[in-house]
Amino acid sequence: MNTTILLFLLQDGITNGAIYALLGLALVLVFAVTRVILIPQGEFVTYGALTYASLAAGRMPGTAKLAVVIGLVAFAFDLYAMRKTLHVPKVARAFALHVAFPVVVLLVSMWAADQRMPAGVSLALSLLIVASIGLSLYRIVFQPLAHTSVLVLLIASVGVHLAMQGLGLLFFGAEGQRGPTLLTATATLGSLRFTGQGMAVYGITIAFIVGLWLFFGLTLYGKALRATAVNRLGARLVGIRTTLSGQIAFLLASTIGALSGILIVPITTLYYDTGFLIGLKGFIAAIIGGLISYPLTAVAALVVGIVEAFSSFYASNFKEVIVFTLLIPVLLLRSLAAPAVEEEKD
Amino acid sequence: MRERWPLIVFAVLVAAVPFIPGVPPFWIVLLDNIGLSALVAMGLVLLTGVGGLTSFGQAAFVGFGAYTTAVLSANYGVSPWLTLPLSLLVSGLAAVLLGLVTVRLSGHYLPLGTLAWGLGLYYLFSKLAFLGRNDGVSGIPPLSIGSLKMLDPGTIYYAIWAAVLIAALLTMNLLDSRTGRAIRALRRGHIAAEAFGVYSPRAKLLVFIYAAVLAGLSGWLYAHFARAVNPTPFGAQAGIEYLFVAVVGGAGYVWGGVLGAAIVVVLKEILQSYLPLLLHGEGQLETIVFGILLVTLLQLAPTGLWPWLTSRLPFKPVAKKPDTSIELPARVRSSSAPNVLLQVDNARKQFGGVVAVNNVSFDVQAREIVALIGPNGAGKSTTFNLITGVLPPTSGNISVLGKAVGNAPPQDVVKLGISRTFQHVKLVPDMTVLENVAIGAHLRGHSGALSSMFRLDRADEAKLLAEAARQIERVGLGDQMHQLAGSLSLGQQRIVEIARALCVDPMLLLLDEPAAGLRHMEKQRLAALLRDLRAGGMSVLLVEHDMGFVMDLADRIVVLDFGTKIAEGTPAAIKTNPEVIKAYLGAAA
Repeated sequence: MNTTILLFLLQDGITNGAIYALLGLALVLVFAVTRVILIPQGEFVTYGALTYASLAAGRMPGTAKLAVVIGLVAFAFDLYAMRKTLHVPKVARAFALHVAFPVVVLLVSMWAADQRMPAGVSLALSLLIVASIGLSLYRIVFQPLAHTSVLVLLIASVGVHLAMQGLGLLFFGAEGQRGPTLLTATATLGSLRFTGQGMAVYGITIAFIVGLWLFFGLTLYGKALRATAVNRLGARLVGIRTTLSGQIAFLLASTIGALSGILIVPITTLYYDTGFLIGLKGFIAAIIGGLISYPLTAVAALVVGIVEAFSSFYASNFKEVIVFTLLIPVLLLRSLAAPAVEEEKD
Repeated sequence: MRERWPLIVFAVLVAAVPFIPGVPPFWIVLLDNIGLSALVAMGLVLLTGVGGLTSFGQAAFVGFGAYTTAVLSANYGVSPWLTLPLSLLVSGLAAVLLGLVTVRLSGHYLPLGTLAWGLGLYYLFSKLAFLGRNDGVSGIPPLSIGSLKMLDPGTIYYAIWAAVLIAALLTMNLLDSRTGRAIRALRRGHIAAEAFGVYSPRAKLLVFIYAAVLAGLSGWLYAHFARAVNPTPFGAQAGIEYLFVAVVGGAGYVWGGVLGAAIVVVLKEILQSYLPLLLHGEGQLETIVFGILLVTLLQLAPTGLWPWLTSRLPFKPVAKKPDTSIELPARVRSSSAPNVLLQVDNARKQFGGVVAVNNVSFDVQAREIVALIGPNGAGKSTTFNLITGVLPPTSGNISVLGKAVGNAPPQDVVKLGISRTFQHVKLVPDMTVLENVAIGAHLRGHSGALSSMFRLDRADEAKLLAEAARQIERVGLGDQMHQLAGSLSLGQQRIVEIARALCVDPMLLLLDEPAAGLRHMEKQRLAALLRDLRAGGMSVLLVEHDMGFVMDLADRIVVLDFGTKIAEGTPAAIKTNPEVIKAYLGAAA
């Protein structure tokens, strides 16, 4: 092996690793706040990426309509929950969040799809569409189950993954798509070539890691979210609205997922079901981080990316096997370090 | 065999189906698929519904079973009947390897781990040359008995459903046994079960292997049913679907697995044939409906359809009262027992910078009731946890009958004759009082999983249940014996815990706030019971806040405050001790 290949593989690994880090962070965030292990994170990636690619190619993505449909369902859930006490401001908030927001986004997207807007507009619209889906999804699926065990939430999460992946096939078809790059500038350093896209990936990842770290460490909302994670009842008793915490977590997670997708779709072709695999690699990082630690998750994600890059070079057939087997030694270490008293609740 | 008649009726019905005139051959194929799926789901019922371990990776174990027989019988001409034990062995060994890594982890690591290895193994199946890569293995010989070759779906139907019925019978036998109770206690946390000698990781590994072997059996049957295997049916999607089957049917019930398989297989068939007409879309429309149904089901009927169905049946199973005349041999006690049963010597426990127990020393003599009192947060329950091995002491010594306990785990401490109750009741709410109490006698039985499955454990089991029933009657809950523990009042549940602790046949009973939640009369009965136990030679160490109860009952009182022992003496001496009054009422008093 020569240094050029080594450096190239490292660079490739770090780029992928940065994406896994973003996803891993979102997974840690959602788990910490809602105890949901967000398997559909991968679908947020695919939806974001393929919505962006569709919009950029002047096609109207089905996801915008999906956002409206599940927004309506979420609004119906809200109305039903509030049927005894119909406070106008509350109804108005639910309407704005679950109906007005996705409808406006849908109308703008319909208009924008015809106009061939610059990449920035497609990016913004894609983020809004997926964020809206994430928000309503929390209302429909996870808010009613918020009191149940991690395992029930996990099974529900898998159900959402199944439905969303099936819908993805319906919306985007079985063919893969690529999107336009965000930054076209390139720079070379020795034998390495840095693309603008790659730099965007690094920059956004670092910004998010620092941002989340500051948000949870320093802001009152961040601390409220963490409190919700530790003890829902306790958080409610001190006046934290746990539903709001869940909404914020899902909003952030779906946005991060969509953004990751948009960042990679110019680099690799994405299919309707690619997101699941990408999301799972974020999971490996999140599990290494114990579903708690942001910095550890970010480092682990880089390791996953680099291992993947090297194994695709040396044993491309067994790339996925190697990456998923990484989890076994990690689980083994965690298992040996497991505390003596750890009582699970039902 | 009276309780088995529904199974016999079901078996006869299953056997009769192919003979019903006019049954379309396609239905038989569906029934074959239901049986194959039910076998895997049954394993998941034990693993997930009963044991609380969620696995998304069962499809991979099906794959191990299927590929083992496929390669050996198609490529090497080995007889399918010889590959059966090998298929089960390979699935079982894979479960041992993966299980050893994961079963010690609680909660969500296992499902995530299984999801990851499910994918990893799927890619492995599709890349290995000797497994035929993506094309898989074809030309697998059919099962045959003598000259009868099970070529068509109608004949292998009998093999599949015989396997389902036998598996169901063995699984139900297993659940209704000493090992079964240990498995059923897993889901509600391991601390209580371990305090009575259950090795939780071992029980978890057992159900894990059991589920994998059932999946392997399904795989073996599938290979000879489809006569060709490729990686697709063993991927992550299939793994998720098996879990779906178990949840739909009722993950806590053996027959829930069969019911779930029937519903899902038929539903899938209907969806696949009608949905494309309805939506004019391409591909996996049924997965959308599946996903939505799964979420709806979790929100509306999280326990699945089987319990919903059985609660509508007009007849209820009759619980049989155990024959209490069967004796369970008592613990062997050394005749020259020293007077000091328990010696706590400078025990210390620190959690980070917090000193929960600060160099506490006291002892408990034979035939003595010692009370451990102190304000909230004084370190009483932590002291209990140190004595019973739930927590290792930071420093200091605890010895029983003069022998240092060291860092012995709870399972070893209970073997010394020390049993306990918990401040926060730790019973399995969906098990009966009798079954809960029988967990206390776990170490006094010896039947393992295999003998339970084949009902060779009945003599042993009758002794355990008889002992449990005796102790329940002794604490005065004879009428509640067959009720679910979760349906009792909190005070009664505390008494059930005492009965469970008595089943150990202990020398020393540790009671953590036994009188909390009891009414006046119940407290008096409890005090009488404890005096009775003392008269019978047992010692009691109890934590209690009800001072009237403690002062009346205890021979000696040890007072803790902020982790430190501030006084020790007779009730009369403690009542007038200025340090104690200060700790309880503040300095001004």
